[in-house]
Amino acid sequence: MLNVIHTKKGLQLFLGFLFGILFGIFLHKGGATKYDVIVGQLLLIDFTVVKIMLSAVITGMIGIFAMKSFGWVELHPKPGSWGSSAIGGLIFGIGFATLGYCPGTIAGAVGNGYIDAATGGIVGILIGAGLFAAIYPRLMNGILRKGDFGDITIPKLIKVPECIIVPIVATFLVFILLALESKGM
Amino acid sequence: MDWIFEARWSPYAAGIGIGVLSWFTFLLSNKPIGCSTAFARTSGMFVRIFRGKKIDEMPYYKQFSPSIDWEWMLVLGVVLGGFISARISGDFSIQVVPAMWAASFGSAPFPRILTALAGGIFLGFGARWSGGCTSGHGISGTLQLAISSWIAAVCFFIGGIASAFIIFKVIG
Repeated sequence: MLNVIHTKKGLQLFLGFLFGILFGIFLHKGGATKYDVIVGQLLLIDFTVVKIMLSAVITGMIGIFAMKSFGWVELHPKPGSWGSSAIGGLIFGIGFATLGYCPGTIAGAVGNGYIDAATGGIVGILIGAGLFAAIYPRLMNGILRKGDFGDITIPKLIKVPECIIVPIVATFLVFILLALESKGM
Repeated sequence: MDWIFEARWSPYAAGIGIGVLSWFTFLLSNKPIGCSTAFARTSGMFVRIFRGKKIDEMPYYKQFSPSIDWEWMLVLGVVLGGFISARISGDFSIQVVPAMWAASFGSAPFPRILTALAGGIFLGFGARWSGGCTSGHGISGTLQLAISSWIAAVCFFIGGIASAFIIFKVIG
């Protein structure tokens, strides 16, 4: 049944669009489509973005690992390496602070009417992605492979069953949120 | 039903909503929420206008073909969802310079747009270097407990916090 749904191309494009609309509504309602909220997070004066992300991770993780245990869904962990994940992450961070939006929230910011996002921001991301594609042949067998660890997950790395790791990580993340609240952040 | 029209929800309500949404993207589409690949595909569509079929020989576009896919439609949907939500919340506004930027760097549009362009270049480049963004790695990848995503997400914030402090405390 699910497999049939997954292979219907037109239906999937429609579902992607529908999920996007809902994602955009949540991002806007949470405040994440706003430059001031994102930069406020990076200046450590407004913890809205971390609160949205961690509550999404806790909720999503519990549901998805539960559905996985029933065999309803499969995971799609991304492969990575220190050279790719860490260095790429730091470059992304420079852009994150300078632009004040990320690739998802900037789409919501465009819908919110923010011209800096709709002009400079979107054009910049397209140029950056294009530049990466152009130099990719020179990076793909070098720095991007440095310290390669593949698509491994925490439960597989430390060889502890998911049904133990998931509640531990969820509890840890809830404690971070409680600590933020208790400090009035 | 007044909550539908509120300008802001609790960040926890928005986050739980995104978490539940990800259950459905996994279940019905067998896909995690992600956004940055759509920008790579779009840039490929522009490159194709100028370079034509040569693009098919480029290793990156062999992996991520410049075409409209599920994720591309998702990003398009986010624009519409952001618009709908802003309109029904009475929060839609045409704005060039965000308040926080204006307080440090003035309200002239050009410097802000140019900085956004530079920031976008780093963001687009870094997202493809690390293989994901704040949604794909930061939310979808970390919730699957992927090592690559936890490292990337921590580095997004290390780089972002350091850069924000330099921009607003040192330069601004």
